[in-house]
Amino acid sequence: MDMINLKIDGFDVSVPKNTTILEAAKQLNIDIPTLCFMKGINEPGSCRVCVVEVEGWRGLHPACVTKVSEGIVVKTNTSTVREARKNILELIMANHNRECLSCPRNLKCELQTLCNDNGIDAIPYEGKVDKGCLDTSGPIVRDPNKCVLCGRCVSVCSKMQDVSAIDFAFRGAHMTVTTAYEEGLASQECINCGQCIKICPVGALQERDDTAKVWKALENPDLHVVVQTAPAVRVALGEEFGFAPGTNVEGKMVTALRRLGFDKVFDTNFSADLTIIEEGTELINRIQNGGKLPLITSCSPGWIKYCEHNYHDFIENLSSCKSPQQMFGAIAKSYYPVKADVDPKSVFVVSVMPCTAKKYEADREEMSVDGLRDIDAVITTRELAKMIRQAGIKFAELEDSKQDSILGTYSGAGTIFGNTGGVMEAALRTVADKLTGKSLECIEYTAVRGLDGIKEATVNIADMEIKVAVANGTGNASKLLDKIRAGEANYHFIEVMACEGGCINGGGQPIIKDKSTTDAVKAARVKGLYDIDVSCEKRKSHENPEIQKLYAEYLGEAGGHKAHKLLHTHYTAR
Amino acid sequence: MKKAMSMEHLDAIEEIKKANLFGRGGAAYPTGIKWEQAYAIQKGPKYMVCNADEGEPGTFKDKHILSEDPFELIEGMTIGAYIMGAKEGYIYIRGEYAAIQKIVKSAIENAKKAGYLGKNILGREGFDFELKVVSGAGAYVCGENTALVESIEGKTGRPRQKPPYIKNCGLYQMPTILNNVETYSCIPWIIKDGGEKFSSMGTEFSGGTKLMCLSGNVNNRGVYEIPFGITLRELIYNLGGGIKDGRKLKFVHLGGSSGSCFPESMIDTKICYYDLKKAGFSLGSGAVLVVDDTHCVVDYLKTVMEFFEEESCGKCTPCREGNHRLVEILDKMTEGTATMDDFNKMKSLAQTMKTTSFCGLGQSAPMPLITLVKYFEEEFLEHINGKCRTGVCSMSGKAGK
Ligand code: SF4
Ligand code: SF4
Ligand code: SF4
Ligand code: SF4
Ligand code: FES
Repeated sequence: MDMINLKIDGFDVSVPKNTTILEAAKQLNIDIPTLCFMKGINEPGSCRVCVVEVEGWRGLHPACVTKVSEGIVVKTNTSTVREARKNILELIMANHNRECLSCPRNLKCELQTLCNDNGIDAIPYEGKVDKGCLDTSGPIVRDPNKCVLCGRCVSVCSKMQDVSAIDFAFRGAHMTVTTAYEEGLASQECINCGQCIKICPVGALQERDDTAKVWKALENPDLHVVVQTAPAVRVALGEEFGFAPGTNVEGKMVTALRRLGFDKVFDTNFSADLTIIEEGTELINRIQNGGKLPLITSCSPGWIKYCEHNYHDFIENLSSCKSPQQMFGAIAKSYYPVKADVDPKSVFVVSVMPCTAKKYEADREEMSVDGLRDIDAVITTRELAKMIRQAGIKFAELEDSKQDSILGTYSGAGTIFGNTGGVMEAALRTVADKLTGKSLECIEYTAVRGLDGIKEATVNIADMEIKVAVANGTGNASKLLDKIRAGEANYHFIEVMACEGGCINGGGQPIIKDKSTTDAVKAARVKGLYDIDVSCEKRKSHENPEIQKLYAEYLGEAGGHKAHKLLHTHYTAR
Repeated sequence: MKKAMSMEHLDAIEEIKKANLFGRGGAAYPTGIKWEQAYAIQKGPKYMVCNADEGEPGTFKDKHILSEDPFELIEGMTIGAYIMGAKEGYIYIRGEYAAIQKIVKSAIENAKKAGYLGKNILGREGFDFELKVVSGAGAYVCGENTALVESIEGKTGRPRQKPPYIKNCGLYQMPTILNNVETYSCIPWIIKDGGEKFSSMGTEFSGGTKLMCLSGNVNNRGVYEIPFGITLRELIYNLGGGIKDGRKLKFVHLGGSSGSCFPESMIDTKICYYDLKKAGFSLGSGAVLVVDDTHCVVDYLKTVMEFFEEESCGKCTPCREGNHRLVEILDKMTEGTATMDDFNKMKSLAQTMKTTSFCGLGQSAPMPLITLVKYFEEEFLEHINGKCRTGVCSMSGKAGK
């Protein structure tokens, strides 16, 4: 490899060709501040916070996008550089709604840290430019007056998610990031994935806060409030309270939820198992009876909306199964009230989700049975953490406790739903047993694991070659579907998760402040879920005893009439 | 054109190098060298692009060529196309020059009818060149090469990160030769009469003639073609007929809004890229704006900075926010409410903008400020003390008129 030798702040370093000054400095443990830069996703070189001096070059240069060259002498910490950085940060702060104390991003804000680290102690300018008003049209709330115009959200939305709901508009100091015709995001093609929230360095993007709704329900004596928590929540919630990413805090979370006042603490993992039974049955039916293939999973509401907007010709391929969140709600308001002897109308279902699109999904008109909404309120992992803090609960010191019965028991298969490839693997475990009529020992389908964009595998079950694919993020789903459209690929079963990595990286998960650790955090969360899977006594959905009981006592046949009424849905071309 | 077609490509480029022709758009890059580099790139198709987006207040020389002699430009671009083997070219003209767009379009049509554009030009098999006029939407930043190219591609006019440079990776990511109207218009002359002859009209360092736009408080405003080497004084007093109403010259704003402002004592500098550079200025597009002593430097500067505030594309922080804040501080100065802290902040901010802005617009926008502060600091300080010596600024009753 061609190596380039250079000097940074007096130290020699040798790096491969095409390395940036920023990366080269990192090798010397020299930290150059950045704001707009997101490696591989957003490299506009536009905020100019990272500028450095290069001897003999005119002006200062952005370290994030300037490549090294042989023999250059870089200085990252001179009075010129410090003055420039300070001036630039002051300029950003001057046009920013500086209300840290009431900002959802307080203490997790990259701008706040930058200002603190770079000695910003006063803002020497006066006026502010109005950049538009708060957009509260949907689950994603945007505050243009806190936006620092880094463009990260724009890049994530277009490049990663292939949605392009937002972009830059206007020029000069009036420049803003907004939607087409500055309309509410909810009226756009936005899929509510919340990936923009997670990548935003400041508090310009956040989820709609539904905690007040939940507090109110908890305090209403006429309501029987039950809660479900999605699989990916338990391996990330701890990060909000100082635990290492990936730590399974399920036990403490259950205790905290009881302390908050929920009447019953249940688990979405349970209804994930239920989804597998229904979806697996649907797959076998479609394969055996010449139904529409490939069957495409439907548990990611961001993906569903994406498909409804962009791939009308694949709507029939979508599984008619509701997502685990909605299935849980339907059961919690039908079967559960009978068993627990409560009035179904008094049951209030709260979901804790790693996902902002789940708020949208719960609000979809068709998500109700016999006049009862499946889900009454959805909060994200971050919102749950907020409630726990509000309640003065010392999370780290809580004892562990277990979910309530009867919607709280789950298998390992239900757990791995939170990872990309998890639904696929869970489904294959069940489908293989059903098709062979045996209980197979080999259940780890590692080919569909991992954080690759598109994963493909062919599995041989009962002398049948079943071709499967997993698309990680809607951008990759789009690539996959285009191939199918063009006749270049075909599959029996496809899993799509709107968020890259699956729910562990959902738009409602804790903010990773130091973005350079994102990959490591994601990997730790993934591992957290697979570890739970291995530790489960039952690792196949159809072996979950409470699921078996549910079918025996209530639903009858998988895919049958009652199951259809409660657990299946339909889609709309948008 | 015919002569160019009889020459070896590299010989034609050699003539341009001998001509000592610097780009007339503002950046003043040696054209021959630029063409030589572009010629050497082995990738295609190559595009010829003309920056006819003349948008700087005080600059109106390209307008002159475009409306009076568009064929000169067309010929220059076609010679370039011949040398580079380009098949397509674009003339990017600002939307405000609607009438001129029409003139250029019909000139292109006529050239085509006469066989000077289109397929098999002048009967040469395989020498095809199509030229199109593209209308800009009226953004000053589109004069910046990469922003101009983005705009032709149909995107918002905002600059791209460099490198890669336009010559390697320009329009549609292909090698692109981008020059200004005046630069292209020199080419036919150079090919016809030779580089040395062209060069001999200028100085040792700057070849040929230059169109200068004389405006402001001067008697004979207009476009002048001058040989390099005459002084600014000669231009202003001999050709321009001196200052209006016999007033005193206060300063000259050279090279367009983003150029330097300097006092009368320096106008004996020769109009020559080298001499000007030595004096710390650049010729820019060749605009000479004459300002007499009825004007206040702070007030004048504020108007200039308002232009940049309006024209910043918004991509990078220093220019987007910086110009806005400079106007804010200058506003305070003209009202007599600015403090020493404001003045110091303004100086420091201007320096940061110059060194950290993404593109030439933001880097050069503070130039008038930096130079006016350098030569007229006293007047700024007077404003901080609530006095405007010319009586132009409103000083909440404290004005010194
Ligand atoms: S975005 Fe950051 S700097 Fe801005 S108000 Fe919120 S916490 Fe403070
Ligand atoms: S929520 Fe997703 S789709 Fe909507 S703007 Fe953000 S990134 Fe784009
Ligand atoms: S909303 Fe956030 S991510 Fe998007 S441009 Fe503004 S600051 Fe950057
Ligand atoms: S300096 Fe920055 S904001 Fe100004 S025009 Fe260039 S890129 Fe745009
Ligand atoms: S981080 Fe380098 S320019 Fe923004």
